[in-house]
Amino acid sequence: MSGMPGGGSLEVLDGLLLIAALTYAAGILAARRRGRSWPAARAACWYAGLTVAAAASAGPAAAHGFVPHMAGHLLLGMAAPLLLVLAAPGTLALRALPVRRARRLSRAFSAWPVRILTHPAVAVVLAAGGLWLLYTTGLYPAMMHSPAIHLLVQAHVLGAGVLLTHAIVGVDPMTHRATPRVRAAALLVFMAAHGILAKYLYGHPPAGVSGPAGRTGAELMYYGGDLADLALVIVFCWQWYDPARFRVGARRPPRPWTLHDDARIGRLERIDAPQPGNQRP
Amino acid sequence: MRSRNVLSGVFLGVGVAAFVDETVFHQLLHWHHFYDRSTPAAGLVSDGLFHAFGFFCTVGALFLLADLRRRNVFDRRRWWGGLFAGAGAFQLYDGTVQHKLLRLHEIRYDVDIAPYDWAWNVIAVALLVVGFGLLRRRRRPVT
Repeated sequence: MSGMPGGGSLEVLDGLLLIAALTYAAGILAARRRGRSWPAARAACWYAGLTVAAAASAGPAAAHGFVPHMAGHLLLGMAAPLLLVLAAPGTLALRALPVRRARRLSRAFSAWPVRILTHPAVAVVLAAGGLWLLYTTGLYPAMMHSPAIHLLVQAHVLGAGVLLTHAIVGVDPMTHRATPRVRAAALLVFMAAHGILAKYLYGHPPAGVSGPAGRTGAELMYYGGDLADLALVIVFCWQWYDPARFRVGARRPPRPWTLHDDARIGRLERIDAPQPGNQRP
Repeated sequence: MRSRNVLSGVFLGVGVAAFVDETVFHQLLHWHHFYDRSTPAAGLVSDGLFHAFGFFCTVGALFLLADLRRRNVFDRRRWWGGLFAGAGAFQLYDGTVQHKLLRLHEIRYDVDIAPYDWAWNVIAVALLVVGFGLLRRRRRPVT
């Protein structure tokens, strides 16, 4: 365990990523058996996201040192979550599962713990707060020496990144979604917190990190974070702009009905129809 | 939609001013420092918020502009008025509050700073004046 930070945790994470890859493929096959297609672009996002996450934990980014650590952290916490969220695994699950279980899953999406966790403010606190704890307390040197802590931190970085991305630009079904204004404000706060921490680390590297490595790592965090934030902002704005695929604001004119809507309603009926007594006005 | 024209302009103005500050003075000229160890916490927070805001503004403004064009309600003068006003407001905030009050960093180091500060803030006020001039002119009914 001395050469690589947390050698044992690598295998656990890679195992989880492999399971995620196989589950998604099984979902596509199951959906296809039920007569439902699945967009290749979403699948591409999923596998690209898993590859990025694996590269972050196993590739050169996993080597010792603060700079490779930071590169891995950016890939795992920002790039991978955006790709994974845009792959819409929740929607795929709804299409792939039998009706009864899909309904149960759909109810789980609106359960109160999920609603709290996916609120933008909570997601921002989890993501940004986790980063501040990691780099300003003894957590960073601790994770470099303990594979277990290393794995936990990596899981948190990925998990919080996915939560935040889902809360801001998620495409899976979400009840009680925050308004675009709240989501924009949350994203802004997160971007600021990330940038502020990067600048702070430039002058105050974590314990056990040398000055030059701390400065290079901090600059990488700052500009790499900007790049990831830019992607997130563009996706957010695109969702606001694109009236055909996303919820429309009150100040928009009515739009014409499209074939896409027909397809979408067909899907909803498929999930909702068989249960009598479920007619909503 | 009149306000959306101004908003789009203001956002892009803030974004462009922040972008010019970042690329020209930080990256190309290296006049500013990335991080000055003496930077106090308030300065760091203000800088971080405005960096993120400028970023968001640039992208948001362009999407707002696309939306205005798609609705055929783009108003050139209000938009440019917003842009100048936004750029001037950010520049003035940067030159007064961030550089001086919060002591974030100076425009340039190891030189007499006064002419730089004057140039910086006079340009800011000039941008503001142009911006508000354009916005005011538009309020009169077109005949």
